[in-house]
Amino acid sequence: MTNLWTDIRSADLVIVMGGNAAEAHPCGFKWVTRAKAERGAKLIVVDPRFTRTAAVADYYAPIRPGTDIAFLSGLIKYCIDNGKVQWDYVKPFTNAALIVKEGYGFKDGLFTGYDPAKRTYDRSSWAYEIGPDGYVKVDETLAHPRCVWNLLKEHVAAFTPEMVERICGTPKDKFLHIAAMVGEMSAPNKTMTSMYALGWTQHSYGSQNIRTMAMLQLILGNVGLRGGGVNALRGHSNIQGLTDIGLMSELIPGYLNMPHDNEPDLATYLKTRTFKPLRPNQISYWQNYPKFMVSFLKAMWGDAATKENDYHYDWIPKLDKPMYDMLLAFEMMAHGEMNGYVCQGFNPLLSISNRAKATAGLSKLKFLVVMDPLDTETANFWANHGDFNNVDPTKIQTEVIQLPTTCFAEDEGSLTNSGRWLQWHWAGADPPGQAKGDRWIMAQIHLRMKALYQKEGGKLPEPILNLDWRYKDPGNPTPDELAREMNGSALADVKDPTDKKKVLVPQGKQLPSFAFLRDDGSTACACWIYSGCYPEAGNAMARRDNTDVGDAGLFPKWAFSWPVNRRILYNRASCDLTGKPWDPTRKIIEWNGTMWTGYDVPDMLPTAKPETVMPFIMVPEGVGRLWVAGLMADGPFPSHYEPFESPVANVVAPAVHGNPAARVFAGDLKDMGDAKQYPIVGTSYRLTEHFHFWTKHNRVNAALQPEFFVELSEQLAKAKGIANGSWVRVWSKRGSIKAVACVTKRIKPMTIDGKTVHMVGVPLHWGFMGVARKGFGPNSLTPVVGDANTNTPEFKAFLLDIEPSTPPSV
Amino acid sequence: MPADSSGASTVKRHPLDVRVAHWVAAVSFILLGLSGLGLFTPGLFFLTALFGGGETARWLHPWLGLALALSYLVLFIRFIGSCLWAQEDTTWMSHLSDAMSGREEKLPEIGKFNPGQKLYFWGMALLIVVLLVTGVVIWQAYFSTLTTIETQRMAVLIHSIAAVLAILGFIVHIHMVTWEPGTLRAMINGTVTGGWAWKHHRKWLRQVTGTKH
Amino acid sequence: MASRAMNVVRTSATSTANAQVTFHDEVVKLIDVSKCIGCKACQTACLEWNDQVLDIGEFTGSYQVPSDLTPSMFTLMRFNEWENPKTGELEWLIRKDGCMHCADPGCLAACPAPGAIVQYDNGIVDFVAENCIGCGYCVKGCPFNIPRISAEPAKAHKCTLCSDRVAVGEGPACAKACPTEAIVFGTKPDMLKHAAGRLTDLKSRGFDNAGLYNPDGVSGTHVMYVLPHADQPELYSDLPRDPRISPWVRTWKGATKTYTSLAAMAVFVVGAFVHHVGTGANRVSSEDEEKGRRVIEGRD
Repeated sequence: MTNLWTDIRSADLVIVMGGNAAEAHPCGFKWVTRAKAERGAKLIVVDPRFTRTAAVADYYAPIRPGTDIAFLSGLIKYCIDNGKVQWDYVKPFTNAALIVKEGYGFKDGLFTGYDPAKRTYDRSSWAYEIGPDGYVKVDETLAHPRCVWNLLKEHVAAFTPEMVERICGTPKDKFLHIAAMVGEMSAPNKTMTSMYALGWTQHSYGSQNIRTMAMLQLILGNVGLRGGGVNALRGHSNIQGLTDIGLMSELIPGYLNMPHDNEPDLATYLKTRTFKPLRPNQISYWQNYPKFMVSFLKAMWGDAATKENDYHYDWIPKLDKPMYDMLLAFEMMAHGEMNGYVCQGFNPLLSISNRAKATAGLSKLKFLVVMDPLDTETANFWANHGDFNNVDPTKIQTEVIQLPTTCFAEDEGSLTNSGRWLQWHWAGADPPGQAKGDRWIMAQIHLRMKALYQKEGGKLPEPILNLDWRYKDPGNPTPDELAREMNGSALADVKDPTDKKKVLVPQGKQLPSFAFLRDDGSTACACWIYSGCYPEAGNAMARRDNTDVGDAGLFPKWAFSWPVNRRILYNRASCDLTGKPWDPTRKIIEWNGTMWTGYDVPDMLPTAKPETVMPFIMVPEGVGRLWVAGLMADGPFPSHYEPFESPVANVVAPAVHGNPAARVFAGDLKDMGDAKQYPIVGTSYRLTEHFHFWTKHNRVNAALQPEFFVELSEQLAKAKGIANGSWVRVWSKRGSIKAVACVTKRIKPMTIDGKTVHMVGVPLHWGFMGVARKGFGPNSLTPVVGDANTNTPEFKAFLLDIEPSTPPSV
Repeated sequence: MPADSSGASTVKRHPLDVRVAHWVAAVSFILLGLSGLGLFTPGLFFLTALFGGGETARWLHPWLGLALALSYLVLFIRFIGSCLWAQEDTTWMSHLSDAMSGREEKLPEIGKFNPGQKLYFWGMALLIVVLLVTGVVIWQAYFSTLTTIETQRMAVLIHSIAAVLAILGFIVHIHMVTWEPGTLRAMINGTVTGGWAWKHHRKWLRQVTGTKH
Repeated sequence: MASRAMNVVRTSATSTANAQVTFHDEVVKLIDVSKCIGCKACQTACLEWNDQVLDIGEFTGSYQVPSDLTPSMFTLMRFNEWENPKTGELEWLIRKDGCMHCADPGCLAACPAPGAIVQYDNGIVDFVAENCIGCGYCVKGCPFNIPRISAEPAKAHKCTLCSDRVAVGEGPACAKACPTEAIVFGTKPDMLKHAAGRLTDLKSRGFDNAGLYNPDGVSGTHVMYVLPHADQPELYSDLPRDPRISPWVRTWKGATKTYTSLAAMAVFVVGAFVHHVGTGANRVSSEDEEKGRRVIEGRD
């Protein structure tokens, strides 16, 4: 989230698209009902199904799964064509006026630089035009044909309301109704908030779905304002924490990158990441990258990491591929290239696309370690459960080791919510049976491996032998110790760079924030963005003062919000160029003539002059990006592509069906079904009664939504002869499942490009373990293809067929 | 010739099965009345104490109802032949005040049951059917889902009215037994005296003895 | 809300059952249907607070699970998919069903067991299990089809409005759990004021017929609904348009029936006695015996 949950109450318009906030985030949805009740805010829901969020919406429109970019491009075009642009925001605060270098082009669905053999782009033609002063050229009149604004206008030109209807199936009048509501939010004193979740991420162009909304929000002048922003609703109480702390193969904590194998030393690694400003006077905060990285290396190896040895950058593993994501791991298992798998709090048998492939992969492993508080399907993938897990245990040799762990309520620590709040919690119960905390288990494994390395040597034992492991009980580091480590501390006196005699942080003390990090080895910090969460004064995450300072909905004394307790990112943009709030009734900060003051920590140097330094301090341009020069793998602008499995051709680029840069393995490409055999669109989602695959182990949740079902329209049910509450079989190219039919008015057939398209909805909460009735999940059906940027699998749009059936055998 | 201990001649009136059925019906009726009245109005709820409390009274009552219905079914089968309306019954009914004053000489000769008894027989049969049907409808433990609540509301009112009517009939029934001494023995040892039969059911007496008028 | 001793003003099967009562510090649970997202947190909270166990059933074609109130499920989200003929748009009408805590409670009027149902002076109607005989009369008395009778032991169950929580100054568990503040709880004046604000909001959104459901037929309720379509309450899974205690129940439980019946019985008993005394027993004379004997001996 750019903003925070409690801030949603300050919105004038809430658009829920690519998510189902009421159903998947009911507690956070409170702030939507507050906005409606207290501000008279309106709620728009755009979703393939009439969801429980739609049930309380002011306006609902249907959309075919996977066509959000077309819809949002249509909204952008509508705003541009109808003068619904907040120019006083767009001109200074976005890169609309920046000029792109000659050579860029977009034709027939492809940007310049595409290599079909590698399915990747050479992004060099997407760069800005750099002037002789070393900065990007600008045309503030927006007249230059290659300025971002004109390229954008051209890029979205095709997405008329008629085209939106043709691709998305959203009736034109409904689209225009929504466009009018959204367009109103271009007024300086109106804000719209966007709430999205996996309905946008789980596509082969998921990142671009979100970018399109970010662009729309920039055009409306809604980023950095109260009640605005682009807000990812994380699907788990701590999934924000997972990404923050870098639990992904390509990341190290604080969104630093895992080095690649062509970056053998620290200088090479830092060179491409220490972004210099692309416009004069801009901050380009990533210039501090070396401080974050060196402090991280110091946190890893302590005294062993010195300037002379490059802080042992050499001990960090180097990637030979962009990332080792979940899809790649199972691809490697299937080919016998990955022989052991440690599953910590993860149930891939039900979570990864194409369950048959998951079963095949797990069956080829030598060992599988499952650390989980629950008896998961993954841990039991080898056991026969009739139709629900039809395997032959005698043919599976994988050694499965289950390590029962604690549940969240049995441990203390912090959870990072969608709004970037690190909230400390305390244990409410003792762990049952043999369950042990994850930290204890990991520490015990580490200590045993370390002992083996000490005894037997082996290849490169140093990173493990020298790992900084100075915990009071090395066998069980405490959450408190780890939190202090993430915050960072001064290894030597940290001095004021302008006055070397002045000690800012004495040696051994906790750092107040990442502003005090150094790249000379004098500071250690395991996760720079979390710095400030545990300063010398104590655990800021445990703060529980709910004072609503300025009645702004920011609650700055409650817990800790990264970065530096800032509640709204880019909040400098809540003020106009001179530093006055766009809407004085919704002030966050303002320029008082000498510095920025207000209710939130300014996202700006406190004394940076408003007319000189632009709000988007993390990017080298200093302004919001309608155009992304180099970061996105699949284009500087979002472009409409069809899901890999879709019922129609790509009407804007027939030759390029799906995202040309999406990563898909050769074997999986063969497993894609076509609309002739599988004419019905499938989509997957959560239900509010359950959380993932956990709550089917809980009696109350299981009783309130006991059995797996699929949802279909009355029209499709009639055509197929399916009665409500009867058994059906649903199958895709990859698998077949049985479910009870839920025939509903909430799903309606759509007309796509002149053709009637039906949809079947497949919720995801059932498996063969737990107390709920045994059932299946969407991953038996879904294809293996990942988003071009994140490799998030395409769970939200695929093809299937359905017929009446009989109950499954148990 | 059969005679009783007082030397009066006797005639067999009710065989054993009828007598057993009668007393099952009688006992269950009384218990039904007591438990039913306990639930009928709060002022009589104390009556449920006779059964060990409201809960027992509540679950016992419908089973007693079944016992009444079954035992009455036996009586019904055994008595129906004698309870069909006869010609003289109409005459008898037109002299009801004579009947109630014991001036039986002014009445026609009557078969096994007089019209009052017949009316009681048919009335009770009807009321028991009504009570049984409405009772099943409101039998919460087993049949509450078979009918709508609105039907049950009607049923419970009809049940209570039918019960009151049955109790009124029952009062008359008891009263008649005490008013006509010699009647009760018919249901105890199964016999009545020849004089009782002569006085109250002369036609029946002639029928069972094979004599003609 | 402050904790306060709750005094009983009506008790089933006693003289107070049909008495006029005066409430004090009336409480109201206000359910704003327009804010409800059907998440079932209220059902969950209800099960947990009341320590009830629900059977794991089957999916029967609706999100409404269980499909009806049960002896252990005191509250239930009822779902209705309705296509509004005026707008042509689908509306998913979700209503949290449960005891309405009528000011004039039909259950209490119908109950034959003294003390099995009580009404407190704050308006809460509560079942007292130890006095309940499990007859199901409350089911017949209720105009909202709320009480459910458990099998063993046979006892009537329904929402207590968390009288145990309210007694110590807490709101009901469902209101506490409701994430969108669709369920709010407080004093009656506060809730009426809150409802008025909600109706203003709903009317501004085009719900011209939005209204408060607080039916007069049962003298008002202590659970009220804010309904966007208050002119058609039956849209909300058959919420009765004009609930009142059924005339059948009124007659059945009315004084007329009781006194008429008891009087009739008394008249019959007295009449029988007078008849007996007045006419004397209709004895068989020795003459009759003689005649009877002769008939039996075949001499007539």
